[in-house]
Amino acid sequence: MGLKFERIPAPVWMGPLIPVIAIVVTFILTATLVVLVNANPLEAYYYFLIDPLSGRTSAIEVLVKSTPLLLTGAAVTFAFAGGYWNIGAEGQLYMGATAATAIGLQMHGLSPWIALPLMIIGGFIAGMLWALVPALMKVKLAIDEVVTTLLLNSVAIFVVSALLNGPWRDPISQWPQSPEIADSAIFPKLIPRSRLHLGFVLALVIIVILWFVLTRTAFGLRMRAVGMGSEAARFAGINVNRTMLISALISGGIAGLAGVSEVAGIHYHLIDAISPGYGYTGIIIATLGALNAWGVALAALFIGLIDTGSQTVSRALGVPAYLGDVIQATLLLVTLGMLLLQSYRIRLKGR
Amino acid sequence: MELGLFLTFLVGLIGATLRVATPLIYATIGEVYTERVGILNLGIEGIMFLGAFVGFAVAFKANEAGLGGYLWIGLLGAMLAGVIMSLLMGFFTVTLGVNQHVSGLGITLLSIGLSLFGFRLVFGESSVLPSIDPFPQFSIFGELPVLGPIFRQYALTYIAFIILIPLATWILYRTSFGLKLRAVGENPEAADAAGVNVFVTRYLALVIGGALMAVGGAFLSLAQLGAFSPGIIAGRGWVCIALVIFAKWDPLRAMWGALLFGGVFALQLRLQTMGLKLPFEVFLALPYLVTIAALAIAGRNVAYPGAYLKAYRRE
Repeated sequence: MGLKFERIPAPVWMGPLIPVIAIVVTFILTATLVVLVNANPLEAYYYFLIDPLSGRTSAIEVLVKSTPLLLTGAAVTFAFAGGYWNIGAEGQLYMGATAATAIGLQMHGLSPWIALPLMIIGGFIAGMLWALVPALMKVKLAIDEVVTTLLLNSVAIFVVSALLNGPWRDPISQWPQSPEIADSAIFPKLIPRSRLHLGFVLALVIIVILWFVLTRTAFGLRMRAVGMGSEAARFAGINVNRTMLISALISGGIAGLAGVSEVAGIHYHLIDAISPGYGYTGIIIATLGALNAWGVALAALFIGLIDTGSQTVSRALGVPAYLGDVIQATLLLVTLGMLLLQSYRIRLKGR
Repeated sequence: MELGLFLTFLVGLIGATLRVATPLIYATIGEVYTERVGILNLGIEGIMFLGAFVGFAVAFKANEAGLGGYLWIGLLGAMLAGVIMSLLMGFFTVTLGVNQHVSGLGITLLSIGLSLFGFRLVFGESSVLPSIDPFPQFSIFGELPVLGPIFRQYALTYIAFIILIPLATWILYRTSFGLKLRAVGENPEAADAAGVNVFVTRYLALVIGGALMAVGGAFLSLAQLGAFSPGIIAGRGWVCIALVIFAKWDPLRAMWGALLFGGVFALQLRLQTMGLKLPFEVFLALPYLVTIAALAIAGRNVAYPGAYLKAYRRE
């Protein structure tokens, strides 16, 4: 017994249907865990999916949670679409956050019109620089970027923790955290008395740019050609190394922006838990969004919803909030499997 | 420094190096086997994490139930969990043949999520970290003078160096199963034509690999710590991925890679206590940076298995 794959493109209506089916399948699979803690799965899913959207405060909170995810999702998409496996968005985010803090601490008495652009540019550059070494090792020495970007994630977290326990240690706080950044360096709120901040707009702008570059520019076309197969792209006269290097660096820069946004929009100082794995979640989002800008946006909003919901579920039903992580990982795997349906018809085949 | 002191330092360093290298040897050899059949298993970090958790949880419960060999029962539990996760990895990369990078990361995220969820489920939110009596250290040569600390090791360390490495090398190069593994990883079409079942071989390699990765993780919770914490693996799985390339997919070279990382790690632990005026995180980052540097020197233009990252479909 085995599976038989016939290379038949799926009808057009399958495309948008796949994520929907994937979500349903995921919830059915993870229901077993909810039952394990003696909770009602339907009730749990109500808290996951409906409850956060039913109140103004929590609905806004979904957007807040989505903000870093939109950015890391876009970052990963930019790399993956170009055939560069940047698994280092987490580390690049930490570096962006570090740069934003370094700049933000110096901005006392300056106008936000100076402080904010400086932080955004600084964070972008820091993320780029952190992505530079693996990217260079990839194009110059042919060393697998997956490994190097992953290893640098651990290093980035050590760098942040060294800063927080050393030069940036806030003497007033009992936790390792930096002093607060200058008022002018804080992202303004979009809605008064909420946590929604300028970073959300920044993230949406990046999504639009992502869409534009991927689909409307010659560079985007070259990038996707490289992503589909570097040999063919090279044959077509594309400078594969240069294209890959640029998409790797921009990807790192965007991931750096996620760090800027978390520091300037949420925490106002650097902490070592600045990201609970947003860089890795970015990979989930890029896959769910099928490396398409609008898909990524929707996926980020959905994961933001799950993130918000997992807190609610935990409070209301006593289900460990880690259920949210399990759901996200399951969703990633289910979607990945279902994407096959787009290009193949799968049949069970007896021997 | 006085010679006697230096000797004590050196002997302690070597002993610690062997201990730090142990989990890496299990997991790296596990990854060597999976990559030899053409599958990059980025689930390694998660499977180690899951192995550490399941090993600990099972041992804890077995101990509570008053079972004698609770640590070994825990180890078996960890291996079983590793096998289950590898089968899932196999479903995606062998049966469905979808992207290996994303499948592996999915397995890692799922394993970590399930472990943390499971930890809450089993141990609740108590403020005291649950712990057990871990595996003891002993010397198979009895108590030696001077060299004692080198040979005072865990059983799992002895097994890794004396049994696992030779056995893994022998199986890979000297048995027909090993030949099948290599053939499937180099050229699945040819292996299939020669009558090798590509799918079964790939699944078997994944299962062996997953069990070894889980042992690597469980070593940390059952031997080194006697406890489980979320920071227990801390990127060691990724280090193993690097070591596999450094080792050019050879179990014996994997040992040297693991010893290199273990040596730098053990050295930085000692340097930290010597009162150097550097933040300790610099030392913590050192083994990762050395691994990257080693990769830059030894990992250039290495010959990956021919079918690396490639799904096999009979069409």
